[in-house]
Amino acid sequence: MGINFFTSKLNDALGWARKFSIFQYPFVTACCGMEYMSTAAAHYDVDRFGAGFPRFSPRQSDVLFVVGTISQKMAPVLKMVHDQMCEPKWVVAFGVCTCTGGFYDNYATLQGIDTIIPVDIYIPGCPPRPENVLDGLMKLQEKIKKGEQSRTLYDPRTKKGRPAEFQGGYTVEGHIKHIESLS
Amino acid sequence: MLLNVGPSHPAMHGVIRLIMELDGEKIKGVDVEIGYLHRAFEKMCETVMYAQCFPYTDRLNYVSPLINNVGFALTVEKLLGIDIPDRAKYIRVIMSEISRVTDHLTCVGASAMEMGAMSAFLYMIKAREFLYELVEEITGARLTISYVRIGGVKADLTEGFVDKAFKKIADVRKVLIETDELLTRNRIFFDRMKDTGKISAQDAIAYGITGPFLRSTGVSYDVRRAQPYLIYDRLDFEVPVGSKGDNLDRYFVRMAEMEQSLRIIEQCLAQIPDGQVSADLTGCVIAANQMVDSAKMGRTEELIEDEVTLDPTLQGSTRKYYEGINANKKDVVLPAKEDTYGNIEGLMNHFKLVMYGHGIRPPMGEVYFPVEGANGELGFYIVSDGRDLPWRVRVHPPCFAIMAALPKCLIGGMMADLIPTFGSVNMIAGELDR
Amino acid sequence: MTPLERIQEHFSTQIIEVHAFRGDETAVIRPSSLRPMAKFLKETPELDFNFLMDLTAVDHLFYAGGRVQKEFRFEVVYHFFSLKFNHRIRLKVLVDEKSPEVDTLVDFWPAANWYEREVWDMFGIRFKGHPNLKRMLMYEEFKGHALRKDYPFNKRQPLIGPKDV
Repeated sequence: MGINFFTSKLNDALGWARKFSIFQYPFVTACCGMEYMSTAAAHYDVDRFGAGFPRFSPRQSDVLFVVGTISQKMAPVLKMVHDQMCEPKWVVAFGVCTCTGGFYDNYATLQGIDTIIPVDIYIPGCPPRPENVLDGLMKLQEKIKKGEQSRTLYDPRTKKGRPAEFQGGYTVEGHIKHIESLS
Repeated sequence: MLLNVGPSHPAMHGVIRLIMELDGEKIKGVDVEIGYLHRAFEKMCETVMYAQCFPYTDRLNYVSPLINNVGFALTVEKLLGIDIPDRAKYIRVIMSEISRVTDHLTCVGASAMEMGAMSAFLYMIKAREFLYELVEEITGARLTISYVRIGGVKADLTEGFVDKAFKKIADVRKVLIETDELLTRNRIFFDRMKDTGKISAQDAIAYGITGPFLRSTGVSYDVRRAQPYLIYDRLDFEVPVGSKGDNLDRYFVRMAEMEQSLRIIEQCLAQIPDGQVSADLTGCVIAANQMVDSAKMGRTEELIEDEVTLDPTLQGSTRKYYEGINANKKDVVLPAKEDTYGNIEGLMNHFKLVMYGHGIRPPMGEVYFPVEGANGELGFYIVSDGRDLPWRVRVHPPCFAIMAALPKCLIGGMMADLIPTFGSVNMIAGELDR
Repeated sequence: MTPLERIQEHFSTQIIEVHAFRGDETAVIRPSSLRPMAKFLKETPELDFNFLMDLTAVDHLFYAGGRVQKEFRFEVVYHFFSLKFNHRIRLKVLVDEKSPEVDTLVDFWPAANWYEREVWDMFGIRFKGHPNLKRMLMYEEFKGHALRKDYPFNKRQPLIGPKDV
């Protein structure tokens, strides 16, 4: 009984320490990189969340920010970098090209990185505004605090493994219901 | 020894792979491998209509997106053989020069950061934020704006833009002076950039390099002066030229070009012709059932001048501004929003331009139009077969030629010279790999 | 005399067609006359085309929905520019589908090296005498040539595994 109390307090403390000292590896490829730079710079500061110092080595980082389009040629490199990171690790899909492929539905683009690595947070937008990025970062911090990690990949045949907002299409009724649920 | 400076590397320029052959610290050979961001721009443009290509062109050189938009629009306009009003030309020049300044700010800031000058990077990104606020004011987005249309621009400048722009330009100038104080006389910066990454003028011409890279070797070639487009022949600006072709000259050329671009923007804002047609709309807001009744009776003349209440996001693209910013051609330019939502002729015009199978139909033929991009000559080559989808769209990326010449700049130098040289090349992977 | 007139005067039998649509001077030739013409363009002092601005190709399969039948499927397009005289010219070389081969221009303009690799990658047109003709924008294991009109834009190929240096 007593030992459970201690371990849960320890988990809380670890979660709190991990969420305020994020060492990210920004895997920057394309246009979203400009918004990443804006978010990391002085105007929309990301250092106040503790995530201000990017570690440019996968061995020393715990969050992989995949920023920008991943093409078919780049996919094995991404998988290799992800495999080199040590546990516990989280992945953020920054920009809609990494979430679902964006509007590049062609022979050269990976339709979402969750087909090859498990993704924790999806930040859509083309490119997402820095405020969106900070919102995603705060959601990531909640996830880190609880110690949850995503382990599932997306299977294009069964269409399972992605959040419901990326499935199917946009319908007006769905949108109205979503707006009403927020108020 | 073979060293792989792999696709994902911390110099935040994008994805490229350099396989370097080293002998101790000296570089003996470099093999450049590109293609890690190939997103099939040219293939996608063949599957969508001309007006739908603009979002794809935004993402080519994503630090100066408006220059790509303007280049594509000018090429299609040359193919169609139409001319746009003066106010639209001035607006396009202002937005192009703002994009050029953001590109140079990002380039100099990022290359300073890689050499350890973190503060210079933060100052430049701060200046870039000022310009992004200006761009957002007019176009609605910060980075990927799709603002230019074939035949003009999407919406006019907002009220009070001119004063705001002058204030922000003064702020950017202050940042440029601060960065100049930090970097130019700095011993470490100077030593690392001087005499590294040298290329001679003959080599640069043989490799087909244009832009700041070529101008730093002493050749004064600028598309804005050689083949003036839009209204560059009415503006007074200098083209800075270096002498030695090393990294330090490229840094100076970029800093001087930023100052010249700010001068161009100020001149344009002072010279811009007033495009606002005096509001002579006699109409008033009419109820929908009244409109339907009078239309059924055949009384449509009075309906044409009626005002229609529009969404605030369509501000600037209403009838009042339309004559100043778009060419007067019904088969190319979308009608003003009051006409689209207010009367059937406008609606039909809008449909004929937007539906698949209809749309803009240039005559059969091909054109090439060069524009001065931030990295060099950005040329669009479009082949049209007379239908509504382009047959072939080709971008001549300025940094393609520079990356082909990169081994020539690096061989013979030290390993540590790679970082400033690569930073001053300003390789944008979106443009290189398309 | 414009560059186009000078070329017409010198190579009058070898040029198939000439036009200046919207002011762009263009000459259409066969692959066999490419190298002599390129040499003439580079070395004549009155022309002095020292820049090879662009090198690309166009695929004319089903041009205009099949209404216009083009005799040759591919066209390799060269854009030249002269710094001294500030004039441009475009050369188009008609290439057959069955034997898509053109001579290389690498020894005249080193810029042609990368452009020709890209045309090989995207269209499958070989360049005779090129030192290093391998794929540039796509990965080596990619099958097919992507910008040809019979390659659908969303045909995806299986992912490749990681490779060593």
